[in-house]
Amino acid sequence: MNSPAVSASSAETGRLLGLPPDTLLKWYDEMLLIRRFEEKCAQLYGMGKIGGFCHLYNGQEAVSTGAIGAINPDDYVITAYRDHGHAISKGVDPKAILAELLGKRAGTTKGKGGSMHIFDREKNFLGGHAIVGGHIPIAAGVAFASKYRDERRVCLCFLGDGATNIGEFHEALNLAALWKLPVLYIIENNKYGMGTAVARASAVEQLHQKAAAYDMRNEVVEEGHDVLKVYKAVKSAVDHARATYEPSLLEIQTFRYRGHSMSDPVSGHYRSKEEVENQKKLDPLTVFADVLKGAGLATDEYFDHAERRIKAIVSECADFAEKSQEPPLDDLWKDVYVE
Amino acid sequence: MPVVSFREALNQAMDEEMARDQRVFLMGEEVAEYNGAYKVSQGLLQKYGPKRIIDTPIAESGFAGIGIGAAMVGLRPIVEFMTWNFSLVAFDQIVNNAAKMLSMSGGHFNVPIVFRGPGGAAHNLAATHSQALESIYAHFPGLKVVIPSNPKDAKGLLKTAIRDNNPIIFIESEVMYGEKGEIPEGEYTIPLGVGEVIREGTDVTVVSWSKVLQHITTKAVARLAEEGISVELIDPRTIKPMDWELIFKSVKKTNRLVIAEEGWPFAGVGAQISHEVQLHCFDDLDAPVERVTQEDVPLPYAHNLEVHSLPNIQRVIRAVRKVLYLD
Repeated sequence: MNSPAVSASSAETGRLLGLPPDTLLKWYDEMLLIRRFEEKCAQLYGMGKIGGFCHLYNGQEAVSTGAIGAINPDDYVITAYRDHGHAISKGVDPKAILAELLGKRAGTTKGKGGSMHIFDREKNFLGGHAIVGGHIPIAAGVAFASKYRDERRVCLCFLGDGATNIGEFHEALNLAALWKLPVLYIIENNKYGMGTAVARASAVEQLHQKAAAYDMRNEVVEEGHDVLKVYKAVKSAVDHARATYEPSLLEIQTFRYRGHSMSDPVSGHYRSKEEVENQKKLDPLTVFADVLKGAGLATDEYFDHAERRIKAIVSECADFAEKSQEPPLDDLWKDVYVE
Repeated sequence: MPVVSFREALNQAMDEEMARDQRVFLMGEEVAEYNGAYKVSQGLLQKYGPKRIIDTPIAESGFAGIGIGAAMVGLRPIVEFMTWNFSLVAFDQIVNNAAKMLSMSGGHFNVPIVFRGPGGAAHNLAATHSQALESIYAHFPGLKVVIPSNPKDAKGLLKTAIRDNNPIIFIESEVMYGEKGEIPEGEYTIPLGVGEVIREGTDVTVVSWSKVLQHITTKAVARLAEEGISVELIDPRTIKPMDWELIFKSVKKTNRLVIAEEGWPFAGVGAQISHEVQLHCFDDLDAPVERVTQEDVPLPYAHNLEVHSLPNIQRVIRAVRKVLYLD
């Protein structure tokens, strides 16, 4: 992409899709929170306070925000291991997420799951799954239960581009289409499965086209940095799923700013520094800020204020996580079986 | 007491539990229109309809995962594997998702699901279709492993398994579906983790289950009785949790132990039982523990090789005589 331009049409995108200004401003705040939260994670990881594998969401914020913005609180979300952003968008308490990353009892899973396994039953957030592809059939099962009980709740399932090459993806898509299950599979195509470019891993580069094998509704959002475009595509798929129980496969093209995980370099053999810098010109936060300003919904003062508010929230998260206790050793034997 | 076949007992258990609880449904290959590859689900489609008796494509990982997802949000699936051999295709779903979900989610999501189907060797099916996999599944914390040996236990244990809030591995025997036995009248359940003394004895404790118990060990024990050797025969019924107290109590009485199972020897269920018994009954043992297992090879097709590999009556008799220092 040569001349990164703000999604000009966004300003007109159905007069901001007819959404109330509060919702749009809330989305900006949410994306900013995810960005600053992830930066704090990187810092704490660097200080050795977060262990294991930690996959950050920087650059992809518009996807979780726009997609989860299109569903109801009683709808379900399930995702893979790059899960902090989705959890925050689904309303999971960021204090509990950070406490989890620090291995504390007050964490989302009481220190049992860590970064890759954030769960919250009350928020209908079903993980955080670390084996690539493993959660894709589960999402169909959640949608199966919704249909079984005729609840019309949908399940959003986020997955990476790399996951479209594993068998479970194909089994789940076939079953979801065959049985008409209200599940939306959202491929966050950030162009690289760890260090392997999509074209080196998939015979089909247009990943959404894989839905054709299962006669499944599908769509691609090329401007995945534009939260409004993400919202619009997901909303339409959600409405369709609620009305018909039919699933969709959405490919949302996006970009991660950091390495695959905190142990991996930002650039190297697989992608150049220039590519990363060029992509950052299409930053979801900057793009959306310009849209909001252009529409007269926010001023520079608003953004300065938002920055301060979010910084305070993230500081509070870090304080909470640092001060929380480690799990007691007795917890080791808890939650292995339900009594 | 009514006399029913193993498959009828299992069918009754599913039928009764489905009538009792709308959240219970059955899915698997050929379970609906075909009435089950082994006819265990005979008649259930007619009674409960396609919403609750569901034919799946050949996609074990896919439908096992669908069962897990449905269970996470409150349904109670029974997932039938046409044989447990095919569960290996869904191994990731069973051991990474079903087994670990409760722990990894910090207690947020449990997975009340029963995976069931036939296991063990049949006849001339060769290596991939003849496996006793109970030890593999028992290895993973979070799973319970149930393996009934007769129609009475099959029905009572399956009903309990369906009501349990944890993921259950329920292994039936491929060659025993037609075998008949008495079951109690009316409603009954059997708790998991409670074994049964099949025959009381004083000289040697023998622990055995499923087909090996019925087809081999009981016959060996009868012949040994003719020689005046009194065997106490125990069917654990549940591999995990194991009824350790029942086994320890028996070994403390007989001072000798033989374990006869169909699985392979290395890291098998018998290896675990041997370990626990030496730990808890060391001073009571009068002989090293003996095990009868399948030979440590993939099961061959040829009849003579197959028979030579699997446990048999003579090997059980030899093991018992050995712990009694009679040979």
